Amino acid sequence: MTQRDSILISGGTVVDPSQGMHARRDVLIEEGRIAAVAEHIATERARRTIDASGLFVCPGFIDLHCHLREPGGSASETIASGSAAAAAGGFTTVFCMPNTNPVCDSPVVVKYILVRSREAASIRVIPVAAVTRDQKGEQLADLGALKAAGAGAFSDDGRPVSNAMVMRRALTYAHMLDMPVFDHAEDLSLTADGVMHEGNISLRLGLKGIPRSSEATIVARDCALSYETGGRLHICHVSNRDSVAAIRHWKARGAPVTAEVSPHHLTLTDEAVCAGEGYRTDAKMKPPLCSEDDRKSLIEALEDGTLDCIATDHAPHSPPSKDALFQDAPFGIIGFESAFAVLYTGFVALGRWTLDFLIDKLTKAPADVLGAEWGTLGTGSPADVTLLKLGEEFVFDLSRVRSLSRNSPWIGKPCSGRVVATLAEGRPVFTDHGAFPAGLFVARSMSKAGA
Amino acid sequence: MLGLAAEYKAALVERPGERLTTLHGRAVVNLFFENSTRTRTSFEFAAKRLGADVVNFDVATSSIAKGETLVDTAETIEALGADFIVMRHPASGACQYLMRHVTASLINAGDGAHEHPTQALLDALTVQEALGKIEGARISILGDALHSRVARSAIWALTKLGAKVTLAGPSTLVPIEFASMNVRVVHEFDEAVRDADVIYLLRVQTERQASNFLPSLSEYRALFGMDAERLAMTKPGALIMHPGPVNRGVEVTREVMDSPRSRILGQVTNGVAVRMAVLTLLDRTRQKSGVRR
Repeated sequence: MTQRDSILISGGTVVDPSQGMHARRDVLIEEGRIAAVAEHIATERARRTIDASGLFVCPGFIDLHCHLREPGGSASETIASGSAAAAAGGFTTVFCMPNTNPVCDSPVVVKYILVRSREAASIRVIPVAAVTRDQKGEQLADLGALKAAGAGAFSDDGRPVSNAMVMRRALTYAHMLDMPVFDHAEDLSLTADGVMHEGNISLRLGLKGIPRSSEATIVARDCALSYETGGRLHICHVSNRDSVAAIRHWKARGAPVTAEVSPHHLTLTDEAVCAGEGYRTDAKMKPPLCSEDDRKSLIEALEDGTLDCIATDHAPHSPPSKDALFQDAPFGIIGFESAFAVLYTGFVALGRWTLDFLIDKLTKAPADVLGAEWGTLGTGSPADVTLLKLGEEFVFDLSRVRSLSRNSPWIGKPCSGRVVATLAEGRPVFTDHGAFPAGLFVARSMSKAGA
Repeated sequence: MLGLAAEYKAALVERPGERLTTLHGRAVVNLFFENSTRTRTSFEFAAKRLGADVVNFDVATSSIAKGETLVDTAETIEALGADFIVMRHPASGACQYLMRHVTASLINAGDGAHEHPTQALLDALTVQEALGKIEGARISILGDALHSRVARSAIWALTKLGAKVTLAGPSTLVPIEFASMNVRVVHEFDEAVRDADVIYLLRVQTERQASNFLPSLSEYRALFGMDAERLAMTKPGALIMHPGPVNRGVEVTREVMDSPRSRILGQVTNGVAVRMAVLTLLDRTRQKSGVRR
């Protein structure tokens, strides 16, 4: 039995921030769990071997924020395509937001997503259930029943909870259930009909701006509510310096607040809207890309711990829907497949971050937000493993996109580090055939094949 | 371009009925998704005078000018044989978007709050005619710059030609970020007009009141409106310009419009000359780059 389901990942450099490990190690997987991590593990102990020499081996990435669009949005993404995209990006656990059609505000929809994930997804998919019925921000959803059905967190993402008292009740109630509220912080009266960051560029392009305060005021409001109620608040996709200041303030006071930042807010600014012929809809998202000053502030905040982890906010929109006038195009970009490549290239390859820091923010840090058992190669943990090849130039192109959508500002961008294989609970769910031309597993000699 | 426009202008004045053959056999389509009297008519007049065939494709104001409709419409027009599409659209960036879908020459006749390039050229021609040169001229633009494509294009054109541009109006409608476009931003009328050679007044839309950009139109008039009394306080000979249509009694009084300082009607005539120059030069570029038809 053990022999049948065992895999040895041999000769790679293991980077596992949960154990403070950065060393050449072999990894043995048995029955979908990590059986051993050691300097040398005999090939005979495993039925199959992956030759990871020259590669880096780390825990599978965790994404606390994505949109899989199922049910109801299959022109943009499905659980099958979205999870394949996640696997291609090295993610083995993803939290999908509830702004589907119908909204994930009932145990029926939570269970549908879990069942569809078992049927069609190669990785772990955790539904985030709505805070309020139909995400209208008026009446709390049945949060206890949603938790019992399998929801991993509550959020009205895509829409804010505008009414402060509703948010206060949600935090109080979620606290009782020991569940976090994921906060899409936006004041719609300040956003109005804004379509990009309000600044010199929006002014020049004649596009309506979204001020920083649209996010920052709600961040401040909800942090105060979290502090007051004790309810765990996780701020989604923090985008600007003023929100960072509010989080820093309330964390210092001891509010039970965590926060995430996206690869696009860490690497791009509102200049991206002007790329090429301009009015680039693949640079249109909420919250919007802000100024260089904001970007620097986000990087510093991630480095000093004010922001806890990285989350993609993978938001697929079908190619026809994004081929539109800027003001009419939907908000959001895809992010699974490009996340590691652009962050490695932008920060690790340039020497600003260690590889360990980046891996931490994609594995242990998001797991810590939830107190989850994933994000580690510790013995006995689920064998979620991502293999990386670093230092080899390649162009991030459409061949790497598994999503049904292609709304990415990074198509055509040169990168220098990539995910080459992903295992979820010991099953290979993604292989970069360029890196493994003869297949993921090492061919066995005839004498050993019969063992 | 301004040189050619000035030649056309002289011809327009001297030989009003003249019909040239420069664009003989070429089809110009006016594709207007927003109401426009002067710009559309001006393009039509310019194209006809150059000998082109002109078709006006007016999209009813009730129809929603969404992206897909826009592309479908433009592709249809192109298939019908348009060489030039002159487009006005309420969305900023509409021309940049359509460029990806059509091969006809696209002329921007105003896109959202973004740009209105031919207006800027006619404004430049008007200033040049009146002052002899643009370089060094002090030009103050007053009003709702935030929502104004006219203001943005005027800033591009006039600063590029060496003018010193001041932008003035209520702080809600003239955000300080405009300083990044190489203009001086002030929020006080006297300061704005004191040294100006040209005072360019922008239309103030009544709907700005509803979204609280303005407390009221009467307050706007009190703080930034141009009337005879204020005109008397400006530099002697300072010109008054306005892109039209005028909201009489709000940003400018009838008295000021009718004063000899006003160049408002001169701007309209220059519009035809400038658009003739744009079409002619664009056609030359098309010939050079080997576009057939």
